[in-house]
Amino acid sequence: MSNYTDELVDFDEALDRYDPVLGFEVHVELNTKTKMFSDAPNAFGDDPNTNVTPVDLGLPGVLPVVNKTAVEYSILIGLALNCQIAEKCGFARKNYFYPDTPKNFQTSQFEDPIAFDGYLDIELEDGEVFRVEIERAHMEEDAGKLTHMGGSTGRIQGADYSLVDYNRAGVPLVEIVTKPIVGAGKRAPELAKAYVAAVREIVKNLGVSDAKMERGNVRCDANVSLMPKDADKFGTRTETKNVNSLRAVEHAVRFEIERHAAVLDSGAKIVQETRHWHEDTRTTTSGRPKSDADDYRYFPEPDLVPIVTTAQWIEELRGRLPEPPAERRKRLKAEWNYADKEFRDVVNAGVLDEIEQTVAAGATAAVARKWWMGEIARLAKAADKDISDLGVTPATIVELNSLIEGKKINDKIARQVLEFVIAGEGTPSEIVEKRSLAVVNDDDALGKAVDDAMAAMPDVVEKIKGGKMQAIGALMGPVMKATRGQADAGRVREIVMEKLGL
Amino acid sequence: MSAISREDVVHLAHLAHIEMSDAELDKMTGELDAIVGAIASVSEVASSDVPATSHPIPLTNVLREDTVGQTLSIDEVLLNAPDSDSDRFKVPAILDGE
Amino acid sequence: MNDLIKLSGTELAAKLRAGEVTSVQAVQAHLDRIAEVDGALNAFLHVNAEEALAVAAEVDAIRAAGGAEAQALHPLAGVPIAIKDLIVTKGQPTTAASKMLEGWMSPYDATVIEKIRAAKLPMLGKTNLDEFAMGSSTEHSAYGVTRNPWNLDRIPGGSGGGSAAAVASFEAPLALGTDTGGSIRQPGAVTGTVGVKPTYGAVSRYGAIAMASSLDQIGPVSRTVLDSAYLQELIGGHDPKDSTSLPKDLEGLVAAAEAGATGDLKGLRVGVIKELTGEGYQEGVQARFNESLELLKAAGAEIVEVSCPNFKYALGAYYLIMPSEVSSNLAKFDGVRFGQRVLPKEGPLTIERVMAATRAAGFGDEVKRRIILGTYALSAGYYDAYYGSAQKVRTLIQRDFDAAFEQADVLVSPTAPTVAFELGKNDNDPLAMYLNDVATIPANLAGVPGITVPGGLSEDLPVGIQFLAPAFEDARLYRAGAALEALLEKQWGHSLISQAPAIDSASIAQEA
Repeated sequence: MSNYTDELVDFDEALDRYDPVLGFEVHVELNTKTKMFSDAPNAFGDDPNTNVTPVDLGLPGVLPVVNKTAVEYSILIGLALNCQIAEKCGFARKNYFYPDTPKNFQTSQFEDPIAFDGYLDIELEDGEVFRVEIERAHMEEDAGKLTHMGGSTGRIQGADYSLVDYNRAGVPLVEIVTKPIVGAGKRAPELAKAYVAAVREIVKNLGVSDAKMERGNVRCDANVSLMPKDADKFGTRTETKNVNSLRAVEHAVRFEIERHAAVLDSGAKIVQETRHWHEDTRTTTSGRPKSDADDYRYFPEPDLVPIVTTAQWIEELRGRLPEPPAERRKRLKAEWNYADKEFRDVVNAGVLDEIEQTVAAGATAAVARKWWMGEIARLAKAADKDISDLGVTPATIVELNSLIEGKKINDKIARQVLEFVIAGEGTPSEIVEKRSLAVVNDDDALGKAVDDAMAAMPDVVEKIKGGKMQAIGALMGPVMKATRGQADAGRVREIVMEKLGL
Repeated sequence: MSAISREDVVHLAHLAHIEMSDAELDKMTGELDAIVGAIASVSEVASSDVPATSHPIPLTNVLREDTVGQTLSIDEVLLNAPDSDSDRFKVPAILDGE
Repeated sequence: MNDLIKLSGTELAAKLRAGEVTSVQAVQAHLDRIAEVDGALNAFLHVNAEEALAVAAEVDAIRAAGGAEAQALHPLAGVPIAIKDLIVTKGQPTTAASKMLEGWMSPYDATVIEKIRAAKLPMLGKTNLDEFAMGSSTEHSAYGVTRNPWNLDRIPGGSGGGSAAAVASFEAPLALGTDTGGSIRQPGAVTGTVGVKPTYGAVSRYGAIAMASSLDQIGPVSRTVLDSAYLQELIGGHDPKDSTSLPKDLEGLVAAAEAGATGDLKGLRVGVIKELTGEGYQEGVQARFNESLELLKAAGAEIVEVSCPNFKYALGAYYLIMPSEVSSNLAKFDGVRFGQRVLPKEGPLTIERVMAATRAAGFGDEVKRRIILGTYALSAGYYDAYYGSAQKVRTLIQRDFDAAFEQADVLVSPTAPTVAFELGKNDNDPLAMYLNDVATIPANLAGVPGITVPGGLSEDLPVGIQFLAPAFEDARLYRAGAALEALLEKQWGHSLISQAPAIDSASIAQEA
């Protein structure tokens, strides 16, 4: 039932009276080649029901077999989250009926997850660090995809029937569960967003997930409850699903805090339920209440045997861990000697990798930033694209820069060349060649252009002769025009001076 | 330990997604009550120092390499489907949940 | 009755190799037998005549051509076999004797079926069972009861009554069954045939419709111990598709059976399980059992008494663990992806209601009972007392076996407490039906292997003797079983099955 007319209490007011407590269940889709318990392809976008084996359909008689790479990826995630890795863990069945779940149970982990008791230090924008404790990370399988047909909005209510595609059924998931997050206060929404962003960044950096939230590679269920300031017990929490972007995480948490506050202020009780976030209206609506139907009757999965991790196996995997993103950022900022804000801007623009690669290819950090945060960013915005989707490579920048330093082209020409590179015309050198964009150094041509300019502006010549050197600038315009902007400004200056005997 | 009540059976039938008539529920309650009574004795001997055994033969680390195998053709997938369109299974409206 | 069908699988195989008879002849003889008597027995749910004859012809052609390919033929190539209709087969329906799967055609073969095909044993068809393997009498099949060839008013045992009756009535020399709590062994006992539950994991479960995953095993059904040894060697082995499959194949089963057939059991310690004799066991059953013990002793075995005190909780533990796993394994039958879909007669058409109506119509009473019981045992608040406790009892039973196997190499007991009872006897008493499995259940809980061999008659009905061995020691079963079989047949001057009343069109007409 839709509840768009929920009362809300202003956020700051709510925080005067209540302390928010957060909890997150983040599901990460692993990018293994095959599914968690079957050897069907783990792929996107293929025709429906073409990536299924009898196991994925839950046909009578089939059995699961665990994907070794998925286990290793799960351990990597656990290590990156500073978790303990279980010496022995097993799988369990979570029993519930739903058409997207082929066996009408999900094979997951219950009492003995592969990783537990970890933490993640989250740095907020102003530098404050908040430690989020991780309860556990465990392996499970994804469900298939239901498409609701016949109803007006494409959502379940009002649909006449649904179509089921099991291509994604069985894809490996790692579910990361936090311990209750207390003490965030007013920064709760901000922390929520930063936490999910950090998890996303970690799994992307590990290379175990494509980590695109808009694709559903990383999904977040946000739990919110409020504690009155003088209370010693947690309040009733609600879980919000369909939080599909970082922005949504922040807004959903904020909204639930405001909504909970209104309910509690009115003296009513929070209904423990699952709510649905709507990005368009920036509200949550009531889903189905948590009922007895949620008795999942977990029991150990008899078809799968336990996994035993040895110290050796874990150390081998630990050796595969890349530098944690937060550490890497600290290091790069220092190496590049950027100011705090400069560095933050680079991170927020999402060009950290590009600048790192450009520096590695031979440019200085300052030059790299100039281009990526300057002209390239401008062009990306104009084309309404992501910077990394423009088609500019670090090599391009290094080449452009060396052409400038070698005085083959100037800054203005370089910007033009960049646009041609983006248009796909080739490398900077090729373009300069093909389009004859090289700075004109030919003294004859320059001399002629200068003569023409001086002839057209005798009063400027007088001024120069009179000692006003800045007046040379006025000659620059016609000379550049005559040389299509390719005159070497320095040389032009020299020629003028020579010609005037100065 | 209480043996099983009719209310329990109604709830369980709902959980198990098996529709039952009143007569069936009555009969089932009687039968199950007797059965549960007979098997309840297991808790007598299952003390806390006895570990549970979920797998009769202790194997560990049975893992599969991450290599793609053979999938079913779409015809094989939909071969026995009670209802489908050209490439997906069809089910009636879903009421609860999301 | 055609003599071909009287042959054991091994004997038939020898004749095929010697060129005395063709596989097509053999298969046809069995198809004729099925046509003659199965109307009265109802052992078969589906007869696979065309494909069976095609495979037989293929084998005959290979043999006729001679050369390397003929040499490479499996020893049992061309010997027909019947398959319990719980094991999925491409090209034949697999129904699990349930309305839920009426006419269901699996798109894949069970691993054991792949092996059967590779070895070129013609499959005669699919045999009847209690629905989804739940029962001890085959009376819970949705496709009618199967009758015991020894007495058509009696049950053939269950859940694998079809396979046992097929073999006992000479409709097939070999069959496959599944055993979760005795479903191969108990029918073997009451039909005077041989049946084996291998060590858990010795035979792949991939393609056996799951009943209780931690208890199920596929196993051989035959008239002789040697046949079962050959069959288990064929169907057993590690399967990467079954995570619970043993890493190493069990070997030497045929050799053990051949060794046992000499009748010499010197050095073998045979443990009589105190808790599995006496009260609850029919007098005649007990008497045949005692006589068998005497024979074993005379053959050089040392008989010791062992006690397995926790066995008295085995039935309770089984009827908690099994239904719990059943309730989860049978959740997939919901009318969405395969099988029957039934719409509710009135009210809104939602998927929830369609699932509930489908399962109400598709499952029989016993299946529903066990699903509800299992759902109960796993539900919040009851897990520890029921399922959790049962898993602990399982540990205790394994410990009892471990202790017993310190004192004995094999254990022995009557396979079932009674001979075949009358059809309909336990219709209103599910609990009484469960008691048929008291002797067979402990082996499933512990994962150890067990065999039943014919032990004589009581009230003109067969009695079975069960041997149990430690996990992985299936060979010991074949040795002890073959020895007892040889000793008894020597004493009787014939096999037990040869004493079964003749069933043919004449006798069937008489009964009618």
